[in-house]
Amino acid sequence: MLERFPVTQYINEDGELIKQEVQEELSLDLVKMFYEKMLRARMMDKKCVNLQRQGKIGTYVQYEGQEAAQVGSALAIEEGDWMFPSYRDHAATMTFGHSLRNLLLYWVGRIEGGIPPEGKNIFPPAVPIASQLLHATGVAWAEKKKNTDRVSLVYFGDGATSEGDFHEGLNFASVFKAPVVFLNQNNGYAISVPTEKQMNSKTIAQKGLGYDIPSIRIDGNDILAVFIETKKAVDRARRGEGPTLIEAVTWRYGAHTTADDPSKYRDQSESDRRRTTTDPLLRLEKYMKNENSWDEEWLASMEQKITNEINTAISEMKDYPKADIDQVFSHVFEKPTWTIEQQREHHMSIKRGKV
Amino acid sequence: MTTAVQVKKLTMVQAVTDAMRTMLEEDESVLVLGEDVGQNGGVFRATDGLFEQFGEERVIDTPLAESGIVGTSIGLAVNGFRPIAEMQFLGFIYPAFNQLMTHATRMRQRSMGRYTVPMVIRAPYGAGVKAPEIHSDSVEALFTHIPGLKVVIPSNAYDAKGLLIASIEDPDPVLFLEPMRCYRSSRTEVPDEKYSIELGKASYVKEGSDVTVMTWGAMVPDTVKAVEKFEKEHNATCDVIDLRTLYPLDKDTIAESVKKTGRVVIIHEAPSAGGVNGDIISVINDTSFFYLKAPIQKVTGFDTPVPVYSLEQEYLPSSEKIISALNTTLSY
Ligand SMILES: Cc1ncc(C[n+]2csc(CCOP(=O)(O)OP(=O)(O)O)c2C)c(N)n1
Repeated sequence: MLERFPVTQYINEDGELIKQEVQEELSLDLVKMFYEKMLRARMMDKKCVNLQRQGKIGTYVQYEGQEAAQVGSALAIEEGDWMFPSYRDHAATMTFGHSLRNLLLYWVGRIEGGIPPEGKNIFPPAVPIASQLLHATGVAWAEKKKNTDRVSLVYFGDGATSEGDFHEGLNFASVFKAPVVFLNQNNGYAISVPTEKQMNSKTIAQKGLGYDIPSIRIDGNDILAVFIETKKAVDRARRGEGPTLIEAVTWRYGAHTTADDPSKYRDQSESDRRRTTTDPLLRLEKYMKNENSWDEEWLASMEQKITNEINTAISEMKDYPKADIDQVFSHVFEKPTWTIEQQREHHMSIKRGKV
Repeated sequence: MTTAVQVKKLTMVQAVTDAMRTMLEEDESVLVLGEDVGQNGGVFRATDGLFEQFGEERVIDTPLAESGIVGTSIGLAVNGFRPIAEMQFLGFIYPAFNQLMTHATRMRQRSMGRYTVPMVIRAPYGAGVKAPEIHSDSVEALFTHIPGLKVVIPSNAYDAKGLLIASIEDPDPVLFLEPMRCYRSSRTEVPDEKYSIELGKASYVKEGSDVTVMTWGAMVPDTVKAVEKFEKEHNATCDVIDLRTLYPLDKDTIAESVKKTGRVVIIHEAPSAGGVNGDIISVINDTSFFYLKAPIQKVTGFDTPVPVYSLEQEYLPSSEKIISALNTTLSY
């Protein structure tokens, strides 16, 4: 299976373009845009980890190392398309237009955090593993029934491919030729369980075979590979040719979440090594250096711009009005039931000290 | 010469580990399985050290698939093992609901006793630890409604060990729910040796004569605090009963206390609708209705999903609400 599903690369670890046929489309502006979006995602992620350490946000789920897989794929869909993130996919959602403020609000336990800006079709992050694959398929199926050319892009991890919902999602999408792109980020671990213990299959891509879904394996740390291959899958879906499964092979540097201690189950020296070898940002840096287009000033000004953006989001999060208990009662049904009304009244009277 | 019983002060999560270790040592057929329970020792460290002590054949990291875990545990249990399956959080048991509902709990009857399913499913649950969405669900009533399943909830370390051992030894499936808020909030003395606490038996946390207060899980310590405050303010005393097993309920203890006090407050953090409060009221109706001096009061969570953590404290039954319910019943 490893031969059947080779890992597709466009730019290798040394920053060399190995698929010359894309040379023409690969403008310096595009490369810089890739870099900027990934840097923005990385800086935001690091900031969130810091905020968690300072007790300013709650438990947080980090993605450092997976920027290329998330940013590259998010750039391959367009406004009007649909995105279905899991709890780890903030780099994808922020690239697709989710606000940084709401991202932060999510991690201080606010409902608003899961709500995308008006007009952006981003689902709230799925917390139960693999459940979102079916939503993505259903939404895509609806688009097909409505004769639009809109598509779904859904994110999930390697562990998710063990759940029934993964298999049901692929099967439905295949049977109904739903325009959905299944983007797997194989980051090597599901909390503590390494992929070798999660599955006996050598690849995740091969799991698409059983459902007759075109499937590929790509270097998830090579943003060009992610972008181009996701774009191809998106275009196929738009043309009415059905779903694609993409396995983006990547790595998360840190713990599963800020509440997890990876020293219990893995040797972190592998992460340290990867920072100097397979890192997605480093790869583009090397590419730009090879092209003599790396520019420290450009980098510094971008860092400054992103820092400002993140700081603004943090103050907006801090200044955000306090959570209101009414949100809990008001949004269970369109019209609250009598039990909920009664509970609301009772709760408010107790709060006012009236009982 | 008598040998003194060795006791240790343990947190509830340590007592859970201790119970599993005790049973893994004693009975070769006992297995522990679930997501991250092996090398990682579980996300709450409930299986800490067991993988090192018993190896990967008995403390097993499974693929990430709850239906798979429960479904294969049924097979293991039918075929000679005593699996203890961990759900990482109760809120993630839903994919396994079908296996529980359609197979685990009715295998005995469908095979007229030929096949039995002696398995335990352990799951951390409940609000108040600032966990992300879905992690804090308190849906015990979904399971008390499944015929063929016992539902057990400890509130302290001593009970956790004794009840878990009894659950593992039970010949039928048991859902063992571990309130996360209690995992590390206190320590109790726990004997080193094996002991068990009979399932289906409630315990008196404290005794009194004016009101019967019934609760379980993480609401037990909160309730005791509120009740103590109430007792100081009023010239009244309360029975506080930790139900410990929600199916089957301990109808004798419930009746005995209600007959004594005539006044009842039921407290649980789960939503009220379809909640276990209804079953308790039904037991009172059957056993001690004519002793009631006031309508039964209940203090529960809302009929809403457990809110995300910025609002979860408002969701949980507060001291004010408990005291208000006690006042209502006493002044009736
Ligand atoms: C149905 C379900 N079971 C268990 C969990 C607890 N859990 C959260 S993340 C996780 C591991 C997921 O691994 P993977 O799918 O590889 O994604 P990754 O976190 O590595 O991105 C587990 C077991 C959950 N969220 N949902």
